[in-house]
Amino acid sequence: MPDGAGDMICGIEIHQQLDTHKLFCECRSELSEEGLGGVYRRLRPTTSEMGEVDRAALAQFERDYGYRYQCSPGRSCLVELDEEPPHEVNADAMETALIFSEMLGASVIDEVQFMRKIVVDGSNTSGFQRTSLVAVDGSVEALGRKIGILSVCLEEDACRKIDVKDGEIIWRTDRLGIPLIEVATAPDMKTPEEVYEVALKIGTLLRATKRVKRGIGTIREDLNISIPDGARIEIKGVQELRMLPDFVRNEVERQRMLVRVRDILRSRGVRPAPLDFVDATSVFNDCESKIVKSVLQDGGKLLAARLPGFAGVMNGDGRTLRLGAEMAQYARTAGVKGIFHSDELPSYGIDQRHVSTLRELLGMTGENDAFVICAAGQNQATDALALAVKRANMALDGVPEETRDPLPDGTTRYSRPLPGAARMYPETDIPPTPITRERLKGIRANLPEMPEALQKKLVEEYGLNEQQAQQIVRQGREDMFMSISDEFGMSSVAAAVFQNVFPELEREGVDPDSVAYDELYAVFAALRDGKFAKEAVPAVIREVASGFSVDAAMEKLGVSAVGDDEAAEIIAGIVKDREGFVRSKGMASVGPLMGPVMGALRGKIDGQKANALLSAEIEKLLGRTLPELRVPLPAPALNGGLRI
Amino acid sequence: MSYAQFLSSKLEAAGAVEGCTLSVEASGRSYRGILMPHHESSGEDVIILKVKSGYNVGIRLDESSTVKAESRPAERRAREGLPGPRPGLKSIALIGTGGTIASYVDYRTGAVHPALSTADMVNAVPEIGEIANLKAKVLFSIFSENMTVSHWQKLAQAISDELNAGVDAVIVPHGTDTMGYTAAAISFMLGDVPKPVVFVGAQRSSDRPSSDASSNLMAAARFCVSGGRAGVFVVMHDTEGDDSFAAHLGTRVRKMHTSRRDAFESINCLPAAHIGRNGGIEFKIECRPVSEGRTAARTAMCTEVVLLQFYPGMDPALFRDVVMKSKGVVIAGSGLGHVNENMVPLIREANDAGIVVVVTSQCLYGRTNLNVYDTGRDMLAAGAVTVLDMLPETAYAKLMWALANTDSPEAAKEAMRTSLAGETGDRREERCPTGLGT
Repeated sequence: MPDGAGDMICGIEIHQQLDTHKLFCECRSELSEEGLGGVYRRLRPTTSEMGEVDRAALAQFERDYGYRYQCSPGRSCLVELDEEPPHEVNADAMETALIFSEMLGASVIDEVQFMRKIVVDGSNTSGFQRTSLVAVDGSVEALGRKIGILSVCLEEDACRKIDVKDGEIIWRTDRLGIPLIEVATAPDMKTPEEVYEVALKIGTLLRATKRVKRGIGTIREDLNISIPDGARIEIKGVQELRMLPDFVRNEVERQRMLVRVRDILRSRGVRPAPLDFVDATSVFNDCESKIVKSVLQDGGKLLAARLPGFAGVMNGDGRTLRLGAEMAQYARTAGVKGIFHSDELPSYGIDQRHVSTLRELLGMTGENDAFVICAAGQNQATDALALAVKRANMALDGVPEETRDPLPDGTTRYSRPLPGAARMYPETDIPPTPITRERLKGIRANLPEMPEALQKKLVEEYGLNEQQAQQIVRQGREDMFMSISDEFGMSSVAAAVFQNVFPELEREGVDPDSVAYDELYAVFAALRDGKFAKEAVPAVIREVASGFSVDAAMEKLGVSAVGDDEAAEIIAGIVKDREGFVRSKGMASVGPLMGPVMGALRGKIDGQKANALLSAEIEKLLGRTLPELRVPLPAPALNGGLRI
Repeated sequence: MSYAQFLSSKLEAAGAVEGCTLSVEASGRSYRGILMPHHESSGEDVIILKVKSGYNVGIRLDESSTVKAESRPAERRAREGLPGPRPGLKSIALIGTGGTIASYVDYRTGAVHPALSTADMVNAVPEIGEIANLKAKVLFSIFSENMTVSHWQKLAQAISDELNAGVDAVIVPHGTDTMGYTAAAISFMLGDVPKPVVFVGAQRSSDRPSSDASSNLMAAARFCVSGGRAGVFVVMHDTEGDDSFAAHLGTRVRKMHTSRRDAFESINCLPAAHIGRNGGIEFKIECRPVSEGRTAARTAMCTEVVLLQFYPGMDPALFRDVVMKSKGVVIAGSGLGHVNENMVPLIREANDAGIVVVVTSQCLYGRTNLNVYDTGRDMLAAGAVTVLDMLPETAYAKLMWALANTDSPEAAKEAMRTSLAGETGDRREERCPTGLGT
């Protein structure tokens, strides 16, 4: 089995922001630091198909505090606030969705209809997301296999969650309405590597349309993963592509663990634990646990529940069985800090004495009998324990279907049960968009160059190797690269910038896209004019990315190039200081002396030229002169794999 | 646009009606889904199917396409009636007239319909049953732009009948476009009505989670139950948020925005009251307290009244027939209430013929005054009647009522000058118009 992932199956959904105005108004599709005001709203469950309101949903609505919406000048208007009907669909966004659909070889719908997909978590001011199915049945190839594309949708992005204050969720409307292409694959992927490659492939195709946004948060992936005997789990909103294989591996691992837990519980003949709770506050009156202490001081309760037969699966077998962590995640959705269960006690300031008294109070006798406790306000503790016990009982059936949130370490956390089929009805405010055959013909005839063709062009016309070409195309920076190379001819220097400098910046948390084309152009123009040496390019670009102009960056770094004469003078000084060493080593002293020479001249003079000047100086000292070496060396070979 | 002939024949032959599950072969592809209503702007050769994922897709058919109906539409279940009355709660009659507040989406087909019954609307806001016992009936089911004087008359009679039958208040869900006109007309027809009559609307239809329908309805019900004030009011959002509502006097309120939730504003006076999200009521102006007694609906109206907006270059030749065929004219003049000097002789001619000419201002904010400039003085001399700070739409409804309920043009003029339902005020406190205030 490749990578130990067994026979899992995985499908992905990619959401990519488009670089146009908003989908249904003329606001700019940008995020803003500014969030003004706070319009208070509530979202009410609407009547069902049968004209009735779901009582449970209504009860939830009555408990909820509501939402506040912030506005951002230029980025949100009355349309985002649901105070004005949507305008007509943005034509550029629709065109981009059509182009992308054709690039996947998908069948475009004859007449595209926007729908309202009901979402009442507050992320959309209207209570629904506007979405349309644009095309179906496409495909991409990855690692030699054909992966099906189920659908391409054009839809609007949601608000950003800013804060939760006094129970109210604060949302900012700047992101709401930014056009998204949502592309969903078939559940065709069988290894974590395949998932990564397919995501990369689709991302590259999206960027090849030249109309998508770039940078953190502009592309988000949802994973749908299941294993045999497991269940469909949706991991929603992964922002970092390179983390995808980790999420897949960890989820497969988690599902296998839950299958093992199920088998153990079944072999013990465990029955669902009852939902009755015992007030064990008196047992813990003298408890040293900080959490328990502070809750009890505030008049809270410590409630306990029996879990007959669950010992050892909540945290057992060398921490490979972790049902307790799943239970805690459910409990926390009730707003408590956490729970304690018998597999992890005594610990956290809770003594064996407390554990024994509690076991007695609960009347626990069997060796596999376990318990779970929660300290909080009476109602909150009751809710949290109910969730924990329910989750424990779900383990009897194996893996529950869930939506999970990705965490930075590659694991996930329970978010909510997997939603049922979306409730969708037509967005009557937006007329349908007919897509004529003629229009599609025109799009097909003018499709952007496919990534493979671009890579080939970079190899054949710009002398890059396959890997460099692939990397630049995957970054979607081939246009920038080709313009710079066409203008300045320094293909290998440019390639090194894209291949090494930009990824390094990204790892350091600097957005490479903060370097605009004009700025990169200015860096290369300065390089061509000999204002600094190519060794200084990474440092200069780093400064430019953090907001300095090219000149200011040069000044800050002290890399202004020195003339040949001045350089020769500095080198002569270095050689003279080490005359004895030079005389004893002869020409072999060039290598060791390059260190101090570059220390004095890094970024101010090209390394090869420094080498030539140093050699000449040493030869001069040794009594030989080779004046022609003062002439600058030719430019380095195009495909020299130069790292700068 | 309707279906092309070939397509409607094809659908008919297949027995395909809205709500059927169809399988369709077109342009070499097959589709399966529920047939949705044809959109007005869809192509005539396009059918709309709701496919399994829930999306609607438009599919272009031609002569060679095949359509097969696989199953019949599911029957829509009849809705339950209202819950029984609870002892100790006040009673409110809900009289439905149509509009956004009373429309709903048929999830099966996706079409937006007026509510079948006002009970649909009450059932959609079951929490209202906690504060009052409701009875409901649908009087009309029309968009408010289609309201006519005869609708106003029937409505006033229906409200009066309900009050005389013993309910404590009446709520009238109404389309917002002309709700201000209706509220003004009903204010004059019901005179000193002893109980609250509250108009309520919605700027977002009730099929949306973000609809303002239920919160406005709740605020209206709370105002009826605990406000203790009699008269005709309009209750709507007071801000863009769902946390503040206002009760406006029916004669002083105007829709001041095409789409915002807080489109309704009291002009030239404060709202009667602010209503908080949890039902707290803060009164801003004096209103009559609720009392016992019967309601008399004086519904007679003179429909030969016109409402004109003055504009620079207004040509009396174009308007002479209109004015002279009417029994009353309301002019929304410029500034303090002016028309150009060419229009003055037409005012005189009309006045001499017994036609009542009433002057208001298109500024809306502020009081008319024809004593300040020459043109104004000429208009007065020609017989124009000024009505202080009355809204043009209110003056229009009032003039219809005054002409039908007095016995001479002079008596009608006198009625126009007299405040009957709080429609004019002597004092105007500072308040910024829409968009400028805080």
